[in-house]
Amino acid sequence: MKSENGIIRFDLQIVASWIEPRSKVLDLGCGEGDLLYFLKTHKQVEGTGIERAEAKVARCIEKGLSVLQGDINEEVLDYPDDTFDYVIVSQTLQQVYEPDQLIKSLLRIGKKGIFSFPNFSHWGIRLQLLRTGYAPITKQLPYEWYDTPNIRVITLKDFRKFSKEVGFKILKEVAINTHSQDRYGNIVTFLPNLRATYGIFLIGKDPSS
Amino acid sequence: MGVVEKKFFTFAEPPHEMTLESGKKLGPVTIAYETYGALNADRNNVVLILHALSGDSHAAGYYRQDDPKPGWWDIMVGPGKGIDTNKYFVVCSNILGSCMGSTGPCSINPETEYPYGLDFPFVTIGDMVQAQKALMDHLRVKKILSVIGGSIGGMQVLEWCVRYPKMVASAIPLATTTKHSALAIAFNEVARQAIMADPHWNNGDYYSGPKPDLGLAVARMIGHITYLSDESMRRKFGRRLQDRSDFSFNFNADFQVESYLRYQGTKFVERFDANAFLYITKAADYYDLARQHNSGSTVKAFSKALAKFLVVSFTSDWLYPTYQSKAMVQAMKKNGLNVSFCEIEAEWGHDAFLLPSERLTALMRGFLERVTHEI
Repeated sequence: MKSENGIIRFDLQIVASWIEPRSKVLDLGCGEGDLLYFLKTHKQVEGTGIERAEAKVARCIEKGLSVLQGDINEEVLDYPDDTFDYVIVSQTLQQVYEPDQLIKSLLRIGKKGIFSFPNFSHWGIRLQLLRTGYAPITKQLPYEWYDTPNIRVITLKDFRKFSKEVGFKILKEVAINTHSQDRYGNIVTFLPNLRATYGIFLIGKDPSS
Repeated sequence: MGVVEKKFFTFAEPPHEMTLESGKKLGPVTIAYETYGALNADRNNVVLILHALSGDSHAAGYYRQDDPKPGWWDIMVGPGKGIDTNKYFVVCSNILGSCMGSTGPCSINPETEYPYGLDFPFVTIGDMVQAQKALMDHLRVKKILSVIGGSIGGMQVLEWCVRYPKMVASAIPLATTTKHSALAIAFNEVARQAIMADPHWNNGDYYSGPKPDLGLAVARMIGHITYLSDESMRRKFGRRLQDRSDFSFNFNADFQVESYLRYQGTKFVERFDANAFLYITKAADYYDLARQHNSGSTVKAFSKALAKFLVVSFTSDWLYPTYQSKAMVQAMKKNGLNVSFCEIEAEWGHDAFLLPSERLTALMRGFLERVTHEI
């Protein structure tokens, strides 16, 4: 995921660019802590991560990050209101059992939330299903239907619709296409729901709901 | 690390005795301690190691060139190790109430010039920490980089963080709990009963005659069962027989596990005092972080703490299971404290924190480097 020269995954570069220096950040499903480490060293962010896998948690702590081993749905419940400036859920939303509950907890403990997830309505996916008739397998979602941790398929349009149903505000959104080990990519503005491999959303509380 | 030396610090000379949590007074008090590495010019590289039930001040190194055995945590403490003595000034002291150089029930009572026995006042985890604080003052240490300990040592870690929050920059409680479960108290009580049922115990007054070796050995055997796990015992012993191919049809140690426990029991009585065992296990049973300082709840108790925490539990630890570590992590989070938590996959039960583990070593090294950087 991280190259020798310290460049992080392209979607994480975008996420990082949205975060104010010296803010307090919670990264849900932080993996080996690439984003947190980047934010700590480049933006003096006070970061915390939550990760389920022991080996990844250990890697994070070895790197000098503050990370808790646990289930993200449970761990978010313990924090006081508005503990964080940002809560990040990068490429994990498609694995969450109750996304509406998670988003509600997330906007309770954080002022803003950042989601990034693979866009299931990319033309490649549509074409694969149409041509082969099998459940699509892509670089972004590289699993068979029977061994995938990804229990949800989400499109950019779905997420926008979801924001109205759950009652949160989309403050910013970017659709991206990544290639070359995901470290480089470009922003997609024309027909993003069809052409982007990932969507990244900055969300906030909707005062009217 | 080479040769190290056990030192002694005596304080609370009458009439300035130490007031214990029970309200009783104790003095003079001697604390045995060892230090490794060098205190830096800013005096901010101090790591305080707190030992468990039967430990002592001898965490690392050897007492002599030909000493066959190093200190109890030599795998973790030393140059280049998880707790790197090239970087940190490490202090480890024997707990109050023990028998390894610090004042305890087998020490001489200055009033009678005879060992205290049961005249020794009850000491608590808080009292142990108060004595450690006196040692820190004596060493002119105002700020501790990290307090580290497992099991009963972990209770002292938590107590340090709540009692002297401004002194503690970070803390690593390992395989520990904020309070004993009924299960843990039950095992301790059976162990104590084994000692007290030994006729040589004589109400704690045995220092001029035969000692309650049998009772203490049985107590230790019970302890060892709780330090292991179903899986580790199955792997280590199974139902294998010791030095025989068939049952003896008498009450000798047929099974390897019987032989192991008997060996551990016998070895223990050579170095430990039965009364100290009674006092320390009772102190552990009494400990309840939520009750300390009348805070009422664990969450409220941690509201006093300021340290950054690394909490570690082990999957097969059934004496202080992971749910107890998670509960303390939860209370820390509710107070907005900076906490890291890792449950290490280990089959060796409660003992795992004392056994070689690359994972634990790497965690401690990374955490200590980080907190050093952040002070």
